[in-house]
Amino acid sequence: MLKRPHYIAVGMVVLLALLVLNLPGRATARLKLAIGSLFLPLFGLASGAQQLTGKAGDLLLSRSELARQNESLRRENEQFRLLAMQAEEMARENDRLRKLFQWQQQHRWKSRLKLARVILRDPANWWRTMQIDLGSRDGLRTNLPVLAIGGLVGRIHSVSLTRSQVVLVGDPNCKVAALVENETLDTGVMGNAGPLDTSLVELSYLSRNAALKPGQNVVTSGLGGIFPAGIPIGKVVDSRLAEYGLYTEARVKLEANLGALEEVWVLLP
Amino acid sequence: MIAFRTLLILLAAFLAVFWEAAFPGTSRWLHVQVDLLPPLIVYASLNTGMRTVALLGVFGGLLFDSLSANPLGVTILPLFIVGLAIYWRRELILRDQPYAQFVLGLGASAAAPLLTVVLLLTVGHPPLLGWGSLWQWLVMSLAGAIATPLFFLIFGWCERVLGHVPVIETSFRPDREIRRGRS
Repeated sequence: MLKRPHYIAVGMVVLLALLVLNLPGRATARLKLAIGSLFLPLFGLASGAQQLTGKAGDLLLSRSELARQNESLRRENEQFRLLAMQAEEMARENDRLRKLFQWQQQHRWKSRLKLARVILRDPANWWRTMQIDLGSRDGLRTNLPVLAIGGLVGRIHSVSLTRSQVVLVGDPNCKVAALVENETLDTGVMGNAGPLDTSLVELSYLSRNAALKPGQNVVTSGLGGIFPAGIPIGKVVDSRLAEYGLYTEARVKLEANLGALEEVWVLLP
Repeated sequence: MIAFRTLLILLAAFLAVFWEAAFPGTSRWLHVQVDLLPPLIVYASLNTGMRTVALLGVFGGLLFDSLSANPLGVTILPLFIVGLAIYWRRELILRDQPYAQFVLGLGASAAAPLLTVVLLLTVGHPPLLGWGSLWQWLVMSLAGAIATPLFFLIFGWCERVLGHVPVIETSFRPDREIRRGRS
């Protein structure tokens, strides 16, 4: 049976929980960052353990396997060099045409990208967030786009001095204005992913006459003011009419593998 | 002894939350991250006082929410409610039996995420839910059930190794020993 002190304890916990839940947004964010910073001493330990695991994995790879991988990477590198040369030429041509038509010059991303390491993932199964090792001292602020090799990963949600929380594409708190690269250039909003498969994300609010085909590229549209236009997101897998034919909904396979991210790039303003 | 046990449990909660966030573990293969706080609260409610249960609910909940996208404080109440329910009826539970620990762990690990999701929906932060969530719920419950007897074993060992053993007074006194035979 519960006694009087027990009822007092119950009352105090309930009161405290309600108090914390009803704190203003800014105070909650600060408190969250302050409590999260208790884990700071353990971050080094985690990265050390991960490096150790990586090294142990390296030891298990045979010499012939390494040579084969090296050869394949060399070929890939040569292909990328050729593509880069082609891209440089296209960028120069783009600049010339822009000057000709007196359009504003677009900023290049290359100099604005900052590499960050993923240090923590969301322990709750119902959110898609992660924490990176860059914070406000590195020039980060909220809503900056985060990219990986394949394409868009998400955006910065909250920033502390030394680390930041990133909401990934597919999380209910990360909506992305997207454009399908087809003849009609259909635009929609990237919504939620499934709870299990993080690679498939819904693209909603497309026109009901959208000319969607599997394999079409999906990129950021630049609308919404957070993500610049043209960042690759993924490819259309399938589509269907939603809400009694009011709009079209498509499933998009993300280019970036969100489940195995170790390093990401933050696009600075 | 009680303070030592409380400290040990809070330290375990701290490390458990960090492990869940830092090491993907099961989430890479099963797409589910196991939650170790419900098994901990089962141990705390069966072996410690109400103060420790309340402390674990608050401390564990705040730590978990600080690394998650949950609104801060949302995990406190589900953890505490689960702990309180077990604490309330703990005199009727065979706490030393691994089977009982397994069943309690299963119930606690099933109830805590459910209550958290209900609370999230109530406070207007709808999480990512779907049919796959059922799979996640099943795996979390089972993993919590398996972890509970393990926590009992680990804490039992820690207390034996690190805690002091209370001196048991016996009725034996050498000056009152009955000596038999001729002397």
